[in-house]
Amino acid sequence: MPLPHATKRRLITAALVGPASVWLFVFLVLPFIAIIVFAFGERAPEGGYQAAFTFEQFANLGARSAAFVNTLILAPIGAAACLIVAYPVAYYLAVKASPQRRLLLVSLVVVPFWTSLLVRTYAWMYLLGARGIPHLFEFVGIENVRLINTPGAVLLGIVYGYLPLMIMPIYVSLEKLDRRLLEASADLGAKPISTFFGITLPLSLPGVMTGVALVTILLLGEYLIPQLLGGGKVFFIGNALVDLFLQSRNWPFGSAIAVTLVVVVVIVLLVAMRIAWRVAGTRQVDLI
Amino acid sequence: MRALVTFVYLFLYTPIALVVLFSFNAGRNASEFTGFSTQWYGRALSNTFLMEALRNSLIIAVTSAALAAVFGTMAAIGMERLGARTRAIFDGLFAAAIVVPGVVIGIATLVALVEVFGFINPVIAALWPGDQPPKLALGYGSIIAAHGLFTMALVTMIVKARIASLGRDIVEASSDLYATPFTTFRQIVLPQIIPSILAGFLLAFTFSFDDFIIAFFVAGSKTTLPIYVFASIRRGVTPEINAIATMVLVASLVLIFIARFLMRERTTTN
Repeated sequence: MPLPHATKRRLITAALVGPASVWLFVFLVLPFIAIIVFAFGERAPEGGYQAAFTFEQFANLGARSAAFVNTLILAPIGAAACLIVAYPVAYYLAVKASPQRRLLLVSLVVVPFWTSLLVRTYAWMYLLGARGIPHLFEFVGIENVRLINTPGAVLLGIVYGYLPLMIMPIYVSLEKLDRRLLEASADLGAKPISTFFGITLPLSLPGVMTGVALVTILLLGEYLIPQLLGGGKVFFIGNALVDLFLQSRNWPFGSAIAVTLVVVVVIVLLVAMRIAWRVAGTRQVDLI
Repeated sequence: MRALVTFVYLFLYTPIALVVLFSFNAGRNASEFTGFSTQWYGRALSNTFLMEALRNSLIIAVTSAALAAVFGTMAAIGMERLGARTRAIFDGLFAAAIVVPGVVIGIATLVALVEVFGFINPVIAALWPGDQPPKLALGYGSIIAAHGLFTMALVTMIVKARIASLGRDIVEASSDLYATPFTTFRQIVLPQIIPSILAGFLLAFTFSFDDFIIAFFVAGSKTTLPIYVFASIRRGVTPEINAIATMVLVASLVLIFIARFLMRERTTTN
């Protein structure tokens, strides 16, 4: 007996989304439930987890407040620094660059984003380390310049690593901008600067918002840049998590921090979406 | 303005260029270029630990990208057929897989797998007839699974965007001409979405190949290339790392250019 059409259709749909559903459940939902359960547990005497129901781990979050403070200060500052560098570049690419060269220039911005962040951060470790730029300073007689393992080095690494991610959405929103508006503004006697602040900047705000939100959210979970350029002195939540899970093996406390980090990410995302709604519809970001 | 933009491009590429340059340094010193040599490449290529890590990374990247491409594409096609509410749940979960920081994905997967293995292993041991029961442990499987989560979400997003821009009339025409749904899929839909699937595969491969933080948690005793590079950076900066970094860079550059080329096909055929 052949299956009724509706049943067959449903079976095919289930088969199509089945594997991905299993994946999402087993490797996203289940692990999430696991860390939430762990976060309310206790540390076993030999490390690891012991079943319990306590708010002790969350009450203890203050013990790692330095990591939270560093992250919550340096992530927005890093995103803002990226924005300051990225905006002129995006503007140049979208408005000033000739169409023939634009494709190449845009590709040159995107490509580093898809290459290893580890290697790109290593490049700066190399440049800021004793045998890099400080070594050059010695040639002109300035001794003992310390660049690596400072907040400045981490900030530099952040701008370097995340610049492409900031430039792209701003570029996309500026490229879609209707040129006739700029001409109209000029025809009506507006100075270039007031055209920029009156038209260009407001119309590129969705791109700016997307870029700032993307970069901030990724920075909240950053590990490599503070690890390699902050040298244990400037550490983020990600560094605290690696320490708690792989060195001191305090899994319940680590889980509580991980859960808190996700909550922070969600709050940032919601705030960003809220603002984005107000600034009118965001546009799709093309990263590739 | 031009000067500023030029400066930003120099800022983006000079550090990478210096890493590449010093990988050809004859001497050990990282700040003085004492002559051209490819000895560090020779040393890197004859380093068995490094080659082992490279092999692991390739196996993991190919497998997780293939799984992501197949299951992600299936999900993108299947989601079209779902009701609005179920589709919203899927959209939310895929978005979560992309937005949740890698460090948290790594930790959560580690915690969940260790618990599951702790539960399953004694059961297997009790049921196993021989003396040496197999033991589930972290390794290839856990890295592939964790990478697959992010990359499946990535492929689904890319393929879904392509499907959304696909003309439905040609699909209807095909079935009006008595093609079976499968034939329609194979002859009409697949040729149109294949560039985005391939691009998704390559991006998934690059992500997995470059990922450090997720693998760091769930690798168990396995070493991937980024884990090896990270460990050797901590031991000290040498031109050998520069040589490895240069090779990693070249590999991902080649893949990116292929992926971008495939994505460009998409925009030109539109």
